[in-house]
Formats: sequence, structure tokens, C-alpha cells
Amino acid sequence: MAGGQLPPEVLLHTAQASQFEEIMIGYIVRRVLQSVIVTLGVLLIMFILQSLLPNPARAIVGFHATQSQVNAFIKSHELNKPFFVQFWHYIYQVVFQLNLGYSYRLNESVGSILARDTPKSLVLVGVALLLAIFIAIPVGIYQAVKRNRIGDQAVTAFSFLLYSLPTFFLGELLIMAFAEYLHLFPAEAPQGATIGQILSQPMALVLPIANLTLVNYAGYSRFMRSSAIEALAQDFIRTAQAKGLSQRVILYKHMLRNALIPVATIVGLSLPAVFTAGLITEALFNFPGIGSDYVNALVMQDYPTALGITLVVAIATVIGNLLADVAYAVLDPRVRYN
Amino acid sequence: MSIAESLNPDLEGGAVAGASPAGGEVASAYTGSAWRLTMRSFFDNRLGLIGLVMLLLLLLFSFAAPFVYHSNTLVANYSINLPPGPGHPLGTDGNGRDILGRLMLGGQISLIIGIASAIITTIIGTLWGAIAGFFGGAVDTVMMRIVDVLLAIPTIFILLYLQTIYHPTIALLIGTISSVSWLTAARLVRGETLSLRAREYVKAVRVMGGSRWRIVYRHIIPNTIGVVVVQATFTVANAILILATLGFLGFGLEPPAADWGSMLSGGVNYIYDGYWWLIYPAGLLIVLTVLSFNFIGDALRDALEVRLQRR
Repeated sequence: MAGGQLPPEVLLHTAQASQFEEIMIGYIVRRVLQSVIVTLGVLLIMFILQSLLPNPARAIVGFHATQSQVNAFIKSHELNKPFFVQFWHYIYQVVFQLNLGYSYRLNESVGSILARDTPKSLVLVGVALLLAIFIAIPVGIYQAVKRNRIGDQAVTAFSFLLYSLPTFFLGELLIMAFAEYLHLFPAEAPQGATIGQILSQPMALVLPIANLTLVNYAGYSRFMRSSAIEALAQDFIRTAQAKGLSQRVILYKHMLRNALIPVATIVGLSLPAVFTAGLITEALFNFPGIGSDYVNALVMQDYPTALGITLVVAIATVIGNLLADVAYAVLDPRVRYN
Repeated sequence: MSIAESLNPDLEGGAVAGASPAGGEVASAYTGSAWRLTMRSFFDNRLGLIGLVMLLLLLLFSFAAPFVYHSNTLVANYSINLPPGPGHPLGTDGNGRDILGRLMLGGQISLIIGIASAIITTIIGTLWGAIAGFFGGAVDTVMMRIVDVLLAIPTIFILLYLQTIYHPTIALLIGTISSVSWLTAARLVRGETLSLRAREYVKAVRVMGGSRWRIVYRHIIPNTIGVVVVQATFTVANAILILATLGFLGFGLEPPAADWGSMLSGGVNYIYDGYWWLIYPAGLLIVLTVLSFNFIGDALRDALEVRLQRR
């Protein structure tokens, strides 16, 4: 674009825009580097924790195996090597060979376990997360508008109650109500190796997804209410009201966008909690995802599998936070130019 | 553990100021010391009072009632899964032990673990956050990156790892729960410290030749106490939820010791037998305890906002 022919305010605007791009790129590069360091840190911590666990060789090879068989297992899995050698080999294997190792217990690689079960967990966690957000936003705005009236207080009481229920107990209550007494939905999650098999039994998906949605909603709801109240208190809302705009336009056009901006950050920060609730929900409903795999792997001392799952979840958390931060900077012009 | 917990640092400030509706009126109605003001506005909060009364009743139920109500809570026998009736107001469990008595026992353990974890969490988190925030620079970067790393791992992953190592004991459960709970407190206190560090009186101490450690423990930490107390209250609630979850996943205390989570998950084995007394009472007590601490924490936070607004 030929700069000389443009009016000064447009020029100024493009100058700001290119400056903004530079700042954003620098910001994103910095955040990506930070994320890589955090992911390595997660691996280091899980490795330290794992080195505290008892040596699994005897349990894996079997109690009737000879000592030389146990020694062979230890040697082939490098369990006798120093801590940092093992750590470096794992990193090397993951980063340069894209290999997460081989399960001690199941006759398959950790990569194939993850490839099979991660999509299923993503369906459960993803659907529940989206549902929770789409419920929390309008309800939060409703509460902000009807602040301190009976409707607001009823919702607050309900979400307080939800928030105080352990995830598994809420699931048990759902099972008792909808499976045991009403016979509306099955108590067990759909079973099957492929995602197609899981999706072909939608009735069985209802209770696990409902459980996780309610747990996530309880976490978001208190934040959404105060975020909406804050957005309502902004000067531009008063200006819009003074201009005589209708309540609808003010709420949906001016306030919604502003109440939405923090949601990106909330969701990013809440991801570890969402995964925790996801794992418990999987364990409770016997959902064949990576959460159940993780519990089984720990019980059976299948450490490569447990470590691989932790790595995937940590990367998902880190990427989620990264996207949330970038989205925040892109969405909010006040952040952008400061 | 829970979502709101992980969001707490960002809930502070503006977002919460809006959440204390009666704030302005209360603040202008009272005079007196900041602490008295906080307590006054706390006692004006109906939910906070309900929480406090609930907590007192729960403490009485767990610690005082066993002196009056005697039952077999430890020895297994053949009178298993009896419905509520004479001798056993809430029936017996799968090992013939009295449920009401075990609920009291479980209450002691749950409350002790919850409160002890909150205390340890608070001490570690406050020191960590205050030191990182006050010294800044490389110290801050390293200390807070460690927090970031630990926060990126879902709590349950660390908990399950730690719990598979040893047989669970009360001390180990306290340690485990504290090890995942101090992060939020550390972040919160660091944020507070950053704003306190720039205050006039901190500069004054420096000019007068006070050491940096003196500033941290005489001025920074006492001034973060409000935020810390609120956070500690939520930590108790959270610790009791974590404890219950560990019980459910089979990593709770081993019988005959009792915790509500293990009792609840034991009852779930009989979910299709209609043995409701094995499930609802334990679940209800967990919910009431967590609810009471959340009510108290919320009311304290609102009260603190009132105090801060007056400053």
C-alpha cells in the first residue's frame, strides 16, 4: 500500500498495527519458549516422582521369574542407569524419535495406546467443557442483570452446592437418579476401542458428559457472574444506556463481548482442574479413555504408559494456556496497545 | 483441584469488588479498627454465619459426640449392612461396624487433615510468594516458574503418584494434599507482595536501614494476612474434597480407620442393593463441611474487600 496517499489517521493506524504485530510476535515467541520450558519442567518432576516409586522390575517380570530375568529387564529398560541419563534418554527418544516408549504391561507401544484412547477422552472433556461454557455465560449475564434478586440467589445457591460436591459423588447421584430409579440412561459409559463405537452409543454418553459439564459449570459460574457484573459497571455501558439503546442491544452487543474476553483466560487456567475431573469421571463411569488408562497404569506399575499420558495432558494444558493468553491479547484492544 | 480454586488469583481485585453488594453501606456504617471492621461485616453476612454455625455443629458432631455416643466402630462382625434401627441409628456397614460412630471418627480425621493441610499450605505458600515477590528478579523468575510447572500438572496425577508409594497414613495424606495446594497461595501472596513492596512505609523501613528480611516478615507477611486467611479457608474445603476423592480412588486410609471419602466409596459397592445408609450420610457430611468452609471463605473475602475499600 502506498503510504503517501493515505490520510494521516489511517497512517497512524497502520503504524500502530505493524507495531502491534511486532509486539505480538515477540510476545508469542516468548510465551512459546516459556511453554517449552514448562513442559520440560513437568517431565522432570514426573521423572523425579517416578524415581521415588519402587523398582517395578520384579512385579512386571513376575514373582516366579529368576533373578537373572529380573536383571535382564532392569538392564534392557535402563533402570540401573543414573537418574539424569534416564531422563536425557527419555527426552531424546520423545523429541527426536517421536517415541513414547513401550508399555510394561500391555503388548503395545505407549504411542498406540494414546492414539487409540486420547480422541475418546477429548470427546468427553471437550463436549463437557464447551457445554459448561455455553451454559455459564448466559446464566452469568442473567445473574448480573438480576443481581441479588431471587433468581440470582437461586442460581448462586445451586452452583455453591454443585461446587461442594466431590466429582465422583455427583456422578453417583446422577447414576442413582437417572440409571437406577428412572432407567433413562445407562450407568456405564459406552465401551469400545474406536471413537466410532463410542459415538454410536449416545445414550451411554449422557451421564458422563452431564457429570463433567456440571462440575466444570460449578467452577465457571462464580467467575462468570462477577465478570458480567464488572462488565455492566463499565462507563461505556452507562454511555450506551444514556444514548437510549435498548437493553437487548446493550447486553448482547456491548456487554457480551466484554464479558467474554476473560473467559479465554478462565478456561485456559482451569484446564488442569478440568482434566482432574475428567479422570475421576472416566474412572467412575468406566469410560475407556486415557484417564482410566492412567489409573490402571499406576496400579499395575506400568510407568512408561503413565508418563506418556502425563506428558500428553501437560502439553494440552500448556498449549491451552498459550492459546488463552494469545486470544486475550488479540481480543482486548486495551491489552493490545499497552 | 477444582476450577474455582485454580482461578482464585485472578478472582481477586476488581472482579470480586463487584461481588460484595452491601459493601459501600456497611463500610460507612461502622468505625473502628480494620480488623473489627472486617469481623463486623463478616457477621453481617448471612451465608457466612450459616457456614460458621454449620462448622461448629460439625466440630461438635465429630469431636464431642463420641463422648456421649458409644458404639463399635472398629471391630468387624457378622451383623453386616443392617438398616437403621435400634442400637444402630444409621445402620451398619459391610463389616458390621456402626455407621454413625464411624461418621464421627471419619469427621475427626477429615477435619484434622483438612485443617492441618490448610495450615501447612498457608505457611509454605506465604513464605514462597512473599520471598519471590519481594526479592524479584531471578529469584522471582525461578520460584514462580516452579509454581507454573507444578500448576500445569493436573492435581490428581501428582496425588496418585504420591499415594502409590506408601500406605496412606494421616501424616502422609496431609503432606500429599499440602504438596499440591500451596501453589495457589504462593501466587496470591506474590501478587499482594508486589503491590505492597511499592508502598511508602516499606520504602521508609528501607531508608531507616531495616534489612530486607525484616521487611518481609515484619511488614509484607502481616499485611497479606487477610488474603491468606481467605485462601486458607478455601484450602480446607478443597483438602476435604481431595481426601474424599482419594478415598474414592482407593487411596484413602486403610480400615479400620475411617474417612468420609472411603466410607462413601465403600457404600457405592452396594449402590444397586438399596443400602442408602451406606451412601447418603457420608456424602451429606462431606458436602456440608465443604459448603460451610466455602460460605465462611466467601464471607471473609467480602468482608476483606470492605476493609480494603475503606483504606
